[in-house]
Amino acid sequence: MKIRTKPYGEIEVDEKQRVHFPEGIIGFEGIRDYYMIDSKEGPFYWLQSAEYPELAFLLVNPRVFMEEYRLAVRNADIQSLAPEIDTDLLDFAIVTVPEDPDKISANLMGPILINRKTKTAVQAISENDEYGVKHYILEEMKKRKSQLVETG
Amino acid sequence: MLVLTRKLNESIMIGDAVEVTVVEVKGEQVKLGIRAPKDVKVHRKEIYITIQRENIDASKLAPESVDRIEGLFKKKILP
Repeated sequence: MKIRTKPYGEIEVDEKQRVHFPEGIIGFEGIRDYYMIDSKEGPFYWLQSAEYPELAFLLVNPRVFMEEYRLAVRNADIQSLAPEIDTDLLDFAIVTVPEDPDKISANLMGPILINRKTKTAVQAISENDEYGVKHYILEEMKKRKSQLVETG
Repeated sequence: MLVLTRKLNESIMIGDAVEVTVVEVKGEQVKLGIRAPKDVKVHRKEIYITIQRENIDASKLAPESVDRIEGLFKKKILP
């Protein structure tokens, strides 16, 4: 079927790409259905609202820029998906892109979890206090690069 | 809003499954213990508000900036 999307205009999507958030995303509680769409380049995915073409979130796997990233959420947060974290759950961070694209950041405080089998999803809250809402992706990557240089 | 006065180690029940106990009072800080079923989410309110603000910012992303960020990654991430 064809849907209107924020990043790419009208495109063809498959029902398999549909993801349901029983409780919505924090601040967008009433909007429950989205499609996961690969970005054209780079390590991103779009979470496109099925209902509102102008609403889409950009997602990234945090391990792309932070190798040591560890998902830490309470089981209560993910009860609608699975009893506990397991391999059926995919996790992502929502990306914020400001005017200056060098300041692109990822929100590790409110990870998005998707059960790839049931296609249900939630926004959980990180149990790790070191994970905030703004991790500057390019800065994190530079850190990683310099660590690599130092160690070898 | 319902306002109740509690002393140290006293509790309130919310429904029959959620119990909130005053565990410690130290100056301006009150430590609460919360007993709740495992499907009840318990978080500090300011964390919700912080995430909500960030989500709203993230949703304002302009479609034109997509090409720019993808280009950025092409240059900086892929060799």
